Amino acid sequence: MEFLGLVNYALFMAIFIGIYALLALGLNIQWGFAGLFNAGIAGFFAVGAYTSAILTTPAADGRIGGFDQNFVVGWIGAMLAAALVAWPIGKICLRFRSDYLAIASIGIAEIIRLVIKSEPALTNGARGISNIPRPFGDLGYTESQVAYLIIVLVVLIAAYFLVERQFNAPWGRMMRAIRDNEGAAKAMGKDVEFRRLEAFIFGSALMGLGGAIFAHFNRSITPEAIDPMVATFLVWIMLILGGSGNNRGAILGAAVVWIIWSVSEIATDRLPHEYAVQAKYIRLFLIGLMLQLVLRFRPEGLLPEPLRGDQRTTKPGVDPN
Amino acid sequence: MDLFELLNFYVIPGIVLGSIYALGAVGITLIFAILRYAHLAHGDLATLGAFIALAAVTSLGISPLAALPVAILATAAIAVGIDKVFYNHLRERPKIVTVMASLGIALMVRSVVQVVWGVDTQTYTRGIVRPDDYFGLRIRDREIYTVVAMVLLVGGLQLFLTRSKWGKAMRAMSDNPNLALLSGIDNKKVVMLTWVIAGGLCAAAGFFLGLNTELKSMMGWHMLLPMFAAAILGGVGRVEGAVLGGLIVGIAEELSVLVIPSEYKAAMAFAILLFMLIVRPTGLLKGKVL
Repeated sequence: MEFLGLVNYALFMAIFIGIYALLALGLNIQWGFAGLFNAGIAGFFAVGAYTSAILTTPAADGRIGGFDQNFVVGWIGAMLAAALVAWPIGKICLRFRSDYLAIASIGIAEIIRLVIKSEPALTNGARGISNIPRPFGDLGYTESQVAYLIIVLVVLIAAYFLVERQFNAPWGRMMRAIRDNEGAAKAMGKDVEFRRLEAFIFGSALMGLGGAIFAHFNRSITPEAIDPMVATFLVWIMLILGGSGNNRGAILGAAVVWIIWSVSEIATDRLPHEYAVQAKYIRLFLIGLMLQLVLRFRPEGLLPEPLRGDQRTTKPGVDPN
Repeated sequence: MDLFELLNFYVIPGIVLGSIYALGAVGITLIFAILRYAHLAHGDLATLGAFIALAAVTSLGISPLAALPVAILATAAIAVGIDKVFYNHLRERPKIVTVMASLGIALMVRSVVQVVWGVDTQTYTRGIVRPDDYFGLRIRDREIYTVVAMVLLVGGLQLFLTRSKWGKAMRAMSDNPNLALLSGIDNKKVVMLTWVIAGGLCAAAGFFLGLNTELKSMMGWHMLLPMFAAAILGGVGRVEGAVLGGLIVGIAEELSVLVIPSEYKAAMAFAILLFMLIVRPTGLLKGKVL
């Protein structure tokens, strides 16, 4: 491969890592801070992607919009829409143990998938929405990739600093208190349900933003753009491997897992066709196995959650029930 | 629309589908109540069971119904094995970690099915089966088998849980684990038994779904939400509740086509789930809320 090709590939990878890092950061707010199990990441991702697509594309026949807005409006709209979807689910499920949220989030992702497939007035059906404007998209190929990468990095760094700030702020300490000992936090007068809802909504908004950035990068969004189960699962393994509760860990995990995932894709694509299909599923099997191994042998991840001051007096991970 | 049309096209398929959901929901409700976590790999385990039955049919040349016990035994063994290898050592950690592990297992089990059997749809038997006419009700043989098998399997399980020593031990673990352990119940055996039962019923659910429709690698995953809705609707930990819940969800899904566009049939289970969580999280038969 020539040098320019390599550069372009590296840029492409870096943009994807940035997008997945945003998703992992969003999941870190939910799982790392608050212990909420969201198995519907792809759903919030899709809501963000389609919302931004509808807001920013030029007017089209046969579907709502587009409203031809600036991409900033689209991205903010994507965050709001994802948060708006998260709110009722959180409101209903967060009174119970996180298992219920896990089931309901699988459900909401499924419903979102159904809506996208069967409401052409909203999403243009199977053809999807194309002509999504890309910031600096009218430059040459490599230049526009670089420009987009810079935008992604700016967004990612801003998100990282905001989330990290919250992590160290009283809010973050309170969230971890709720996660580790709900009863004690309640006894201290914390509104556990409301705080969990906050964490769930913030995390979902970041996932929506990730989806919007993906849609603008691809310039189009279709129902088949991402495999919901694979995308959701990749984000989970990124966070767990990187270190849940650690924002840098989430970003590191995104980079490591995405590099492994794409390199293994290159490797399997070189196989003869009859093996290539099977190899795709073997990759999925291995990524599932990787989660099991991390959970067993290094549950704290590559970069463990930073614990300052007094170490936890209870043994980590003991179920309060 | 007359009454027979309603029964033939909506209620009977609903009861059959509901029986399939019930078989899966019983396992989910037992795992939820005894082991205390939501098992997200349940649907894909059902897929595996269905395909094991297919392997028995094609390789041994036996009839699908004869392949059912093979699938039940094999899937029960696999479920116990998965627990021993993957879930067992997570027992001391928060339960939600096991939920996450089970999501990974779901992916792994599905990819095994996709590698071994491919992603094309398959069937146990070729050809179209015409329904027989019972006083105006049109029922296929396999639909009768499904409902009868569900009643027998769940009835047997209920007898086991209420009459036998180990069944009582399982119920004790579900009601009060500390007290049960204190009175000398062997936790390991209870866990293993739970997996044998859940795995076996799972295979039956997958098998009958495959028998009544077709075998696809995603069939189990799409069953997961209705099965959970059924378990929660009936009340977590209640076997008869899971059956009731399964039947209600199945019939509701089939009837929903009359009111909402058929694309949203799958949303019915989700609506029931959310409705129950709002109105009565203990379920119809007063199960537990975790």
